[in-house]
Amino acid sequence: MTTPLRVGIIVFPGSNCDRDCFHALTEVLGASAEFVWHKTDRLPPLDAVILPGGFSYGDYLRTGAIARFSPVMAAVARFAGDGGLVLGICNGFQILLEAGLLPGAMLRNRFLSFICRDTHVRVENPATPFTGRCRPGQVLTLPIAHAEGNYYCDPATLASLKAGNRVVFRYCMSEGDVTPEANPNGSLDNIAGIANEAGNVLGMMPHPERSAETLLGNEDGKLILLSMLDALRGKQRAVAIS
Amino acid sequence: MKARVSITYKRGILDPQGQAVLHALGSLGYTGVKEVRVGKLIELDLATHDRPGAEAEVKAMCERLLANTIIEEYRFELIE
Repeated sequence: MTTPLRVGIIVFPGSNCDRDCFHALTEVLGASAEFVWHKTDRLPPLDAVILPGGFSYGDYLRTGAIARFSPVMAAVARFAGDGGLVLGICNGFQILLEAGLLPGAMLRNRFLSFICRDTHVRVENPATPFTGRCRPGQVLTLPIAHAEGNYYCDPATLASLKAGNRVVFRYCMSEGDVTPEANPNGSLDNIAGIANEAGNVLGMMPHPERSAETLLGNEDGKLILLSMLDALRGKQRAVAIS
Repeated sequence: MKARVSITYKRGILDPQGQAVLHALGSLGYTGVKEVRVGKLIELDLATHDRPGAEAEVKAMCERLLANTIIEEYRFELIE
């Protein structure tokens, strides 16, 4: 018998996509989710952790720079170190970068504006725990909403990301071509999402939780959340067998 | 003792705010400006009077929190 999957959604002061994540996971996908306040230094028993979007600590200093020192982040780092799945969306991605759980940093968008619109992203690696339901090269339509999504890393880091197949999503045209004009924010190499070396930590600027049901006009984001739940069920089964 | 920390994007990293200000200055007729870099100024009021200690501590603060050294560079001065 499988136990229900429990996904923890970390809530920082200024998080604002926490409830969207909760809704998508519970109401739309039937998983069990709970909020975890950032002051907690121990995670409850969880199968996965989501760092949601928003403006933690008002984006003061740099996006994610203060949130990364919240007590919960040491626990998230341990969880990730033990192989737990961690998904950082938008501000969650920025926090993962500041925390050093993913390499690189975010710059202001190339043209400075806050961009809130749908983008197309190409699935570059369908073999991660977050993309198992996607076809190689599949184009997803996902919304972005950020002012600091201009991903940057040094050339050596970019080379290692590419070599390890860790660029998971790239901004592309509707047909899938990765071109400069498809790049909304100036992000290096059109990067929209990257994974860590072990593949269990993913950061992405687009919002799958805002595009997970037809009521909202788009359910491409559901593929990412469903892939994550698939991976967790696979893990559960492996534990049950062993 | 006070510390005045200034932080800017590293050379070679596109500074979109600097670019925007550069263009604005150009449109006002200040065409002699070659580059603009916009950064942050952070002033710290320190309880200590121990200069070498303060220097080491402010450096650590910059490295750990105030600057992201992947993209930014910092410098600071200590003022009695």
